[in-house]
This record gives sequence, structure tokens and C-alpha cells, in this order.
Amino acid sequence: MFFQQLVNGLTIGGVYALIALGYTMVYGIIELINFAHGEIYMIGAYAGIIAIAAAQTLIAGGIPPIAAVALALLAAMLVCAAYGFTMEKLAYRPLRHAPRLSPLISALGVSIFLQNFIMIAQGTRDKVFPHLFENTVAFDLGSVRVSLIQIAIIVGCFMMMALLHLVIQHTKIGTAMRATAQDKTAAALCGIHVDHVISVTFMIGSLLAGAAGVMIAMYYGLVNYSIGYLAGIKAFTAAVLGGIGNIPGAMIGGMILGLLESFGAGYISPEYKDVIAFSILILVLLIKPSGLLGENLAEKA
Amino acid sequence: MLEIRGLHVHYGAIHALKGIDLRVEQGEIVTLIGANGAGKSTTLMSISGIHAPSSGRILFEDFPVEGMRPDRIVRAGISQVPEGRRIFARLTVQENLRMGAFARSGSSVGNADLDTVYDLFPILRERRLQRGGTLSGGEQQMLAIARALMARPKLLLLDEPSLGLAPILVERVFERIREINRSGVTILLVEQNAHMALHLASRAYVMETGRIVISGDSRVLVGDPQIKRAYLGEMDIDTTQKPTRSA
Ligand SMILES: Nc1ncnc2c1ncn2[C@@H]1O[C@H](COP(=O)(O)OP(=O)(O)O)[C@@H](O)[C@H]1O
Ligand SMILES: [Mg+2]
Repeated sequence: MFFQQLVNGLTIGGVYALIALGYTMVYGIIELINFAHGEIYMIGAYAGIIAIAAAQTLIAGGIPPIAAVALALLAAMLVCAAYGFTMEKLAYRPLRHAPRLSPLISALGVSIFLQNFIMIAQGTRDKVFPHLFENTVAFDLGSVRVSLIQIAIIVGCFMMMALLHLVIQHTKIGTAMRATAQDKTAAALCGIHVDHVISVTFMIGSLLAGAAGVMIAMYYGLVNYSIGYLAGIKAFTAAVLGGIGNIPGAMIGGMILGLLESFGAGYISPEYKDVIAFSILILVLLIKPSGLLGENLAEKA
Repeated sequence: MLEIRGLHVHYGAIHALKGIDLRVEQGEIVTLIGANGAGKSTTLMSISGIHAPSSGRILFEDFPVEGMRPDRIVRAGISQVPEGRRIFARLTVQENLRMGAFARSGSSVGNADLDTVYDLFPILRERRLQRGGTLSGGEQQMLAIARALMARPKLLLLDEPSLGLAPILVERVFERIREINRSGVTILLVEQNAHMALHLASRAYVMETGRIVISGDSRVLVGDPQIKRAYLGEMDIDTTQKPTRSA
């Protein structure tokens, strides 16, 4: 039981972490809660399904499962990066110097727009993610069953987070993202094109969410146009738990939330999964709004 | 090198600059002094492209730069050390310096540039792996200047580099500014510490509420009774006293 819930928790926690990173990176740089971020994740899931379907009809004899997964991830990441870029440019950039509430309302609008757009374009019925691996169980110890998909998701999430860490800490654009998050005017005076850095931030956050969308579609097998809502709130909770604006915080917050949900579902009742997540959100906001790793606002100034 | 003509800047309803005219020639140190709120920082921020002027011209090497994007202005050869230093507190000293060179193409920014600024400010070499926020005020000011130099500017704008520093440190910072100027960088220095600034600069402009009210040779201005009363905190007759600090 314990080990089973641990693996389930790490699987779902890794996905929450990937989505939470987009919330936290965008918040870190422009102090906006991007309510439309959950929709990007949903679009990633659809992009993956469509890419596999297209490849299987175009290529005679179909494609091997590994290639299909790689293709789905690549397509989702590219499509989502494009959506993230466009969303920032059209819905948020014109409001850069507007009162704080304006971009927040714009984000709600983008969220509703994207959800309805996908509903109309793809229909209201669930879409099936193709069954690529026939019930493959990596190991089965009687009460504990770990699937190949779970292992792939956990490994994939950790690899993407490690890669993101490298980019943020050790590349020129990553350092510029951290500098811009701290002081946009000083960054501009250094010769950093701030709008460009903000675009890159949206694109990276969105491609991580797109990858998360494919992983979840593969894990549960079904997607529909409304999955972005709950996943978005859960990932937002993870970001707040870790400290909004803090990148390692989003990774840790996602993992903790996934594990708590999973253990709650296993030891209490599966119905309590969402209650646990939202109780955590409320508790963190009441007790420590800066989150586990969040810095005081004074330190940021 | 730099020529500003009839520059007006508004912050909403506030008319911060009311027609500024100012010139800086190649190789000079020019200072812009004036009381708090006169519009000195606004002038520098307009040159750097942070504030768009409502009218007027800013020519850099005979090329109009007003309203241009800040990163393009840095690329054109103008760097600024902003008021209050504004170093990146959570980046290391070395990362701060590398950000200073951001506008230059990646491969040409070697360790040679870092060595040059480390030679100018040896303390930064010792502190290179520390976060900027852990530095003392004086060290942060050196880092802010070093960061601006990493862009290899032709014109360096400095906004109150003496702010909040002990007199001994102010002297050290001013020595460095002189050294930077000798290495071929033209300097426009904004100061409230008028005494030090007038001694360092060859020419000066005095600002009051958005206008240039006096300009000329600094040596002449140091002796000007009106300047003494308003900016040097001295009485007219008090010319023998060794200058130490201003109001
Ligand atoms: N961001 C801003 N918004 C509104 N007013 C400003 C802003 N920055 C400066 N001001 C106003 O513009 C005038 C000039 O300010 P500033 O350029 O900072 O002066 P100085 O650097 O000489 O102290 C002041 O009246 C100040 O209150
Ligand atoms: Mg000022």
C-alpha cells in the first residue's frame, strides 16, 4: 500500500510540478497569476493526440510506440510554446502598465476563450489517447503494480526539471530571466530586451505544461476540453505551497501535493483527493502565504 | 557626442522636464547637479530610453536615439549606473557582471572583460561568487559601475554614485570615475554632492524644477556666489575652508 501510493504520488506530483513551474515563472517575472495556464496544459494533451493520429494515418503501417510518444511530446511542446507566446503578446503585453487587476481579468478571459475554442473545435466528448503500451507492468509484487508509463512519467518529469534548472542557472537567457524577475529597469539598462525575456518565459512555462498534458493523457487515457480547470488549480496550489515565484518551490510543491493526494486517496478515501488539495491551498494562504521556499516581498525589492 | 535639445518629459500630469538643452563632448566629464526632485534622474532615464520624451531630441554621435528601445541604446554605446545602484541582489557578483555584457554577442565576451573590471575593482574579484545582496554599500556601488562598464560604453551615465556612502568611499569611487574617463569613456555625472562633482568635472549644468538654470565651466561655477549658497552649503565669504561635504 505505502509503496504503491508513493509511486502514484510521484507520478501525479511530477505532472503538477511541471504545470506549477509555468505559474511560478510567469508570476516571478510579471507578477501575474496566469489563469489560462491550465488551458495550455489541456491544449498540450490534444496536440499530442492529434499528432499521433496524423502520423498513424500518414505513415503506412503506423509508427512504433516510442516514436509516437516522442512525437506527441514534441508536438505538444511546440504547439503550447506558440500558444504561450501568442497569449502573452495579445492578451498581457498591451496591459503591461495597466492597473494590476486588468491583466488578471484578461487572463480569465483567455482561459474561457481557449476552453470554448477547443470545445467547439474538438467537441465535447472525451478523446481517447491511443493505447500504445499493452498494459505493460514494469514490476508486480502482488499488491504493488508499477506501470512502464508511471516510470516513464516520473523519469521524464525529473529530466525536464533538471534541464530547466540548467537553463535557468547556467545559461545567458536563464540568468537574464532571473535578473529581469528581480528588476526590470535595471535589466533593461544592462541591454536586456525585457519583452523578449518575458516571451521566452511564457514559452518555456507553456512547453512544460504541454509535456505534462501528454503525460496525463497517456496515464489516464482520456482527455476533454475541461481538464485544464482542475489541473490548473491543483498546479497553482502546488506553486503557492512551494512559494509563488520560486522555481525549486514549484517542483517541491508539486511533489508534496501529489504525494499528499495519493496517500489521502489510499489511506482515507479517493473522494477526499480534491478536498486535500484545496485544504492545503487555504491553509497555506492563511498560515504562510509566502509558501515553503518563498522569500519575503521585502527581499525582492 | 551627446546633444539634448528642448527635451520635455511628462509623468502623467506631472511635467518633469520642461525643455532641457545639454551637450557632452567626446572625452569630457560633465556634471548635472541640482536639488532632489529637480529632474536629474528623469534626464538620465530619458537618455537610456526608459522614459519616452513627449518632445525634444536626443542625439548620440549625431544619431537620434529618443524613444529608442533601452537595449538598443546600450548597444549604441550608452550605459547607465542608476540611482540606488540597483544591482541584482540574488545574482552573484560575476553573474551581475555578465548581465552587464548582455547586449554584446556571446562569444566575444571573454574573461578579458571580467579581468579588466576586476583589476579596476579588486574587491569584486574576491567577492565574485557571492550574491550581490551580501555586498556592502560601497562594494555594491563598485559592482554597479563595473556592470555598466561590461557593456564597453562610449558614454557612461552615473546617477548619484556617492549616495549613502561614507566620505572616504566617495573619494575612492570618484577616483575610479576619473580613471575610467582617462581610459577613454565620456562621462555624464549626476550628483547632489555638488562639491565633489564640480571638482571632478570640466563643465556643469545646474537643474531646478525641470529646467537648466545655470551652465558653464565647473571652475567658474565653484566660485559663483549663487551656486555656493544654493548647492555648496557655504557662505559667500567662506572660500578658504577646505571643501569636505555639501548639503
Ligand atoms: N515614476 C515617476 N512617476 C511620477 N513622477 C515622477 C516619477 N519619477 C520622478 N517623478 C517626479 O519627477 C520630478 C523629477 O524627479 P527626478 O528626475 O527623480 O529628480 P532628481 O533625480 O533630480 O531627484 C519630481 O517631481 C518627481 O516627483
Ligand atoms: Mg534622482
